[in-house]
Amino acid sequence: MDIKKDVAVSDSGFVFYPTTGESFSVNPLGMEIIRLMKDDKSFDKITEYVVDHYNVESSTIEKDLLDFIEMLNHFSLMEDDGEG
Amino acid sequence: MEKQQYERPLIKRLESKIPNKFGAKPNLIPITHIDEVAVKDLISEHGSPLFVISEKKIRSNIRKARKAFETRYPKVQFAWSYKTNYLDAVCRTFHQEGSWAEVVSDFEYDKALHNGVNGSKIIYNGPDKTPESIKKAIQNNSLIHIDHLDEYYTIQETADALGIKAKVAVRINMDTGVYPMWDRFGFNYENGQAWTVLNKIMRSDVMTLVGLHTHIGTFMLSAIAYGVAASKLADLAIGIRTKYDHQIEYIDMGGGFASVNRLKGSYLPGVDTNPTIDDFAEAITTALINADFKPDELPLLILETGRALIDDAASLLGTVISNKRLSDGRRSTILDIGVNLLFTSFWYEHPITPAQPFTQYTEDTVVYGPLCMNIDVLREHITLPLLNKDDHVVIQYVGAYNMTQWMQFITLRPRIVMIDEKRNVNIIREREHLDRILEFEKVPDHLKKFDL
Repeated sequence: MDIKKDVAVSDSGFVFYPTTGESFSVNPLGMEIIRLMKDDKSFDKITEYVVDHYNVESSTIEKDLLDFIEMLNHFSLMEDDGEG
Repeated sequence: MEKQQYERPLIKRLESKIPNKFGAKPNLIPITHIDEVAVKDLISEHGSPLFVISEKKIRSNIRKARKAFETRYPKVQFAWSYKTNYLDAVCRTFHQEGSWAEVVSDFEYDKALHNGVNGSKIIYNGPDKTPESIKKAIQNNSLIHIDHLDEYYTIQETADALGIKAKVAVRINMDTGVYPMWDRFGFNYENGQAWTVLNKIMRSDVMTLVGLHTHIGTFMLSAIAYGVAASKLADLAIGIRTKYDHQIEYIDMGGGFASVNRLKGSYLPGVDTNPTIDDFAEAITTALINADFKPDELPLLILETGRALIDDAASLLGTVISNKRLSDGRRSTILDIGVNLLFTSFWYEHPITPAQPFTQYTEDTVVYGPLCMNIDVLREHITLPLLNKDDHVVIQYVGAYNMTQWMQFITLRPRIVMIDEKRNVNIIREREHLDRILEFEKVPDHLKKFDL
């Protein structure tokens, strides 16, 4: 579950991927999650972090985190983990 | 440590598409209340989905419409189009505001009588008038608008047998420059059909011609067409006056005025582009006043406006069942409102607005209903804030046709409430129950038992 190393994220939620020149915007939680991923935090750790800091059930963040990662994959911002 | 408000993580690709030339932005204000009643309280008490009708808005709409016409023309009468929304509470609100009833079936005719409308204030339109209902309409002195010659003969025979003169009008179809032309109803102006039936009525001993009627289309985006239609009806009325020395009592311009809804494929919202009630009033009354009527012989002007008076007086409240991601990355949201309840979503882009505060982050979303049917799509594309499961939404401008054309399909139909002018929430139609559906079914004896 590694985000590509050269994906840059600014404090204002602007994400830039220099390989393709594409840019993206993320909301505050999206930005936090990308930073946690860049710090090599696991899925469970990120879930735990969000439940600790936000008013949300773990089942909700698990589902939303899966969706977020799906979108990162969709935009080719994740490293190929060799699975599948 | 106090936890922060949760909003699901979102990433959106920034694309340098051609910007919207009008700079329109999605509606970013949640609808938390309807007529000062909280949406969450409505849903918690009455369930979801829930139709909510504003009595205050109905009254303000009809008053505004009457003002638009009555300030331009001396004799105006509105008749409430039952098929648009025939809930008793809705009909009676319009009747309290002075509207007559306009009905198009035996069922609707009986509903108008049940609502206490005097038979002489019921306009009976439509191609399917049963002989029994024609008899009733003649006996009640109702205004029968003849749609076809078979109906003419039935009225002739029935009135003759009853020994009562039937009060009739003729529905006229015509070319007003708007296509498709609605020539399936009534008699054509241009090819002489109209005069054929008018001559027959004028020579009948058992019918009195009291009016001329037209209904040129639905959701009309041109007010000018109504001016053309009014001129043609005036021409017929003056022709009857000249030929038979008979003065008709009224010209009925029907309905079809566009509401504030936005048709699919429209670039701009209906509120910005559709003609207003004043535009329609100006076109119709100018044509009538400029016609060759003597000033003291101006006919009563009847309007059967439905949609434009009720669409924006009702909302449909619903709840998010789930959010999903489609295979191409698009967001999809499933609501508990299906096309069986929101029939008009087939041709309108109804505004869908969250009922709780949200941030500025949005996603392009496909909104689906709960039915296990591929056609159950409420909006193909809409920019929505980040909705969570169990969030509530308000779908606006649903007052016309949805509560008459809705279907009991897969799910049971929900409750309908009306908020009165004192902000009381009145249940005006109960939610359906399985027992009510089963009441109509019968199981043959040999199918009553089975082993699995």
